Amino acid sequence: MQRISRELGLNLNLQEMKACKQHFSKLGRNPTDVEMQSIAQTWSEHCFHKTFKGEVEVGGKRFRLFKDFIEKATKELNPPWCFSVFEDNAGLIDFEGDYLLAAKVETHNHPSAVEPFGGAATGVGGVIRDILGVWGKPIACIDVLGFGPLDYSGPLPPGIKHPRYIFRGVVAGIGHYGNNMGIPTVAGAIWFDESYVGNPVVYCGCVGLVPKDKYVRQAKPGDLLVLAGGRTGLDGIHGVTFASAELTEESEELRSAVQIPDPIEEEKLRRAILEIRDQGLASAITDLGGGGLSCAVGETARRFGCGARVRLNRVPLKYPKMLPWQIWISESQERMLLCIPQQNSRRVMEVFSREGVEAVVIGELERGGLLRVQWKGEEIAKLDLNFLFSPPAVKRRGAPRRRRLEEPSFPEPDDLDRILLKLLSSPNVCSREVVVRTYDHEVQGNTVLKPLHGKWAGPSDAAVLKPLEHSKRGVVISCGFNPRYGKIDPYWMAALCIEEALRNNVAVGGRRVALLDNFTWGNPEKPDQLWNLFRCCEGCYRFAKDFGAPFISGKDSLYNESPLGPVTPTLLITGVGVMDDVSQAVSLELKREGDPVYLLGMTYQELGGSEYYALRGELGRSVPKVRIKEAKKILELVQEAIRRGYVLACHDLSEGGLGVAAAEMVMSGDLGMELELQSVPTDLIRREDFILFSESASRFLLEVRKEEEKEFRELVEGEGARVGEVISEPALRIYGLEEEAYELEAEELRRAWRRGL
Amino acid sequence: MKVAVLRAPGTNCDAETKLALEASGLRAEVRHVSLLDSRPTFDALVIPGGFSYGDHIRAGSVLARKAEKTLLAYAEAGKPILGICNGFQVLVEVGLLPGWKRGVPQAALGTNDSARYECRWIYLRHEKNKCIFTTGVGEGRILHLPVAHSEGKFILRGRDDFERLVRGGQLVFRYCDEKGRPAGGKYPLNPNGSQFDVAGISDSTGTILGLMPHPERAYWGWQLPEWTKERKEWGDGKLIFDSLANFLKGRV
Repeated sequence: MQRISRELGLNLNLQEMKACKQHFSKLGRNPTDVEMQSIAQTWSEHCFHKTFKGEVEVGGKRFRLFKDFIEKATKELNPPWCFSVFEDNAGLIDFEGDYLLAAKVETHNHPSAVEPFGGAATGVGGVIRDILGVWGKPIACIDVLGFGPLDYSGPLPPGIKHPRYIFRGVVAGIGHYGNNMGIPTVAGAIWFDESYVGNPVVYCGCVGLVPKDKYVRQAKPGDLLVLAGGRTGLDGIHGVTFASAELTEESEELRSAVQIPDPIEEEKLRRAILEIRDQGLASAITDLGGGGLSCAVGETARRFGCGARVRLNRVPLKYPKMLPWQIWISESQERMLLCIPQQNSRRVMEVFSREGVEAVVIGELERGGLLRVQWKGEEIAKLDLNFLFSPPAVKRRGAPRRRRLEEPSFPEPDDLDRILLKLLSSPNVCSREVVVRTYDHEVQGNTVLKPLHGKWAGPSDAAVLKPLEHSKRGVVISCGFNPRYGKIDPYWMAALCIEEALRNNVAVGGRRVALLDNFTWGNPEKPDQLWNLFRCCEGCYRFAKDFGAPFISGKDSLYNESPLGPVTPTLLITGVGVMDDVSQAVSLELKREGDPVYLLGMTYQELGGSEYYALRGELGRSVPKVRIKEAKKILELVQEAIRRGYVLACHDLSEGGLGVAAAEMVMSGDLGMELELQSVPTDLIRREDFILFSESASRFLLEVRKEEEKEFRELVEGEGARVGEVISEPALRIYGLEEEAYELEAEELRRAWRRGL
Repeated sequence: MKVAVLRAPGTNCDAETKLALEASGLRAEVRHVSLLDSRPTFDALVIPGGFSYGDHIRAGSVLARKAEKTLLAYAEAGKPILGICNGFQVLVEVGLLPGWKRGVPQAALGTNDSARYECRWIYLRHEKNKCIFTTGVGEGRILHLPVAHSEGKFILRGRDDFERLVRGGQLVFRYCDEKGRPAGGKYPLNPNGSQFDVAGISDSTGTILGLMPHPERAYWGWQLPEWTKERKEWGDGKLIFDSLANFLKGRV
């Protein structure tokens, strides 16, 4: 049976094959190829998230990762502004008046490893359709990418492409799709790590705007199933089953599993769908993603408690000789499935034809719980939806693998200025400008805080958009991402990613932040991988709950393993916040000479996973902790100080700590900063390098309006300290613990920062 | 007074362009190319940015063919036409810019010297010209606007053509530095390698303007990259739309 599974490309395990056998013996017949393919798609890790939904045994206790951690945090918080979570293609939260925000982040790792340009572009296309799939108008894209070091010179087993090739292809693919569709790419991150050589990481996100009364989900038996958009082809066959397995040499032969992108087709589709939405002509909508028609039709019927009948021969094809099962599971891009009440069908077709979009009625919803597929009148599949959506539960065991991590020990160096320049040029800190400029981040004209902001284009903590003409309200989009912490402890990686997403959001003026979780992990059938995942989920639950920030949507990509080994456990937390008036947004560049500079939050000797250690080739053990009470207080204080207008510039402290944050504030504008390490509140650290480069969480550097310094001091009380001042010379001047001082000119900092990529 | 904002599959700056026109007191309507009458029924025409028809063959060339009749009719009628980014590419493809021989291209917008898409803020110097879209700009004024394109390198047949542009008052915008000194082809001041730093030109009548930068993305103060420091109320892009509004209102 396992051989059959393999030969048909089903990627079902023995237990699942047995469940199928049992089901069909009860029916007294053999399954058809269309049926087996349907089952394989629906039951794949990619579509069903077996690991997250299944049972995990850790230390004798049983858990369900999704239910007991991710979903639980949201359920317990249950904020009134969450409109729909974990239900649809995207999470929906209140925005302003009658408008909702929709947000979704997808992973497209496997396809990008095999075909970087197409893989990344279709990742963007897919997540945009997720937003269309909740009737949203896409207003912003986000991309977080992970590659092997660009100067990698280690072994490249067959089928694994050099990081530089993947990097170029992925970046070009993302730009191609977003730019062509006219959706600004406003936020993101790029990370380099050895483990990404064999397993590149591609997260594509999209945020959209939905008028509440246009959000329609009321399909019923008799409604027509309309397939609209691009034609169905041989591209993207077995995308999900391939994404649910480890990459090997043979993966190269699965290039056909990667779809071909055509953003202009999707641009037309978007216009038509928003028109149909505004005219209220449809009863439901979903996108065609993983599993193609098989999943889209199955899930739609299931969701509305009906059955469905599909006439597969009506599907418009790119290539006429496709087999029925191929048509049924092809993941060709730029396609959407709409449910249309019969009386509206003529008007819907008119809208599609006006926009030059091909649309065809391929079937209808019907009573009962059967999914029936016909080919020229002949029935080629008849599946019970209850069976289709009840795969055998997965039970897996997680156990930690013992590792010894050492804290490095080395004498304090006396050239901190040189080290700071080196940090600014290091791959994970340096400027992303050469990439960011190839993405249109201004289209739609709503980008208030840009990814590169200020006169000298400094790195913003978060993006702010003003998507409604009649309202000043802003959307604030931020990321929390640092896989290096995950190498030490995935639990603290979760804490730090959540805190960083919030911190970045708050730094520019955001509040009421909703979170999205995305996991890129290795093979969950390996106990240590699963244990890591469990620890990470534990952290997600605890810190989302304690910060009062609910998860609204998420996605996991598992089995990221190659002959070079598993991927570093990589969590991405995306934060979507709001601000009441975009004119209150705070950017990082310094504004006025003579203003005091304050540091909020405590600095601890926590350099495990830091850039500073990495520069020395060390990982360390002392990963930063999130001290929840302290962290919440600091976030609230920054929010309040910004609300009251005390803050003229703000930047969070992350990779590279205080030194890099101060440098970035200086080089983004035309002014300089004096910084006294003596004044930095620390946990009795006596080393300048540790004060300057520790990556403790919950810290902000703020330029405070000097006229309001007194009020600011009263507000923050003991939580902040005055550590310096804005000066007119464009330079960063650091006074050490003793008498000595370091001075770096802004131009020197900028040159170092821009040299990296 | 009504302005048509032309769109085709792949156009994607129509909504914000319409908004800018309306903010300058004009009525505007987005029209699909297949629904646009070839008789000049609108008072002016704007071709916004985007990737019409996926920029297949060359940027703007398919839309140029599809809308050729309409565009030539508007030009014949002396109605203002503004081409922004992809719109500029269309106007060059259809031979309306520089417009010495309508219907036949006399210039080109080629691939950027950097060979990649460039989204960045640049400075423009407003040259001496007779363009109706810049009556409110003032000669020598420096504008701060964003560009976002991969095919924006303005190419002429030679220096004679450039001198003809200057002589005819057709040279409208050139890339420069913050202080107005010519970019001299230097990247990134001149973001695409345009010959003679040309960023925008008009036809010989001054009623047709094409430019690579996006004025609709620099209309309100909060759209500017330095607004958090400078707190300007308006961006420089507004001047172009206001000039059009003044022209149309003065005429009717």
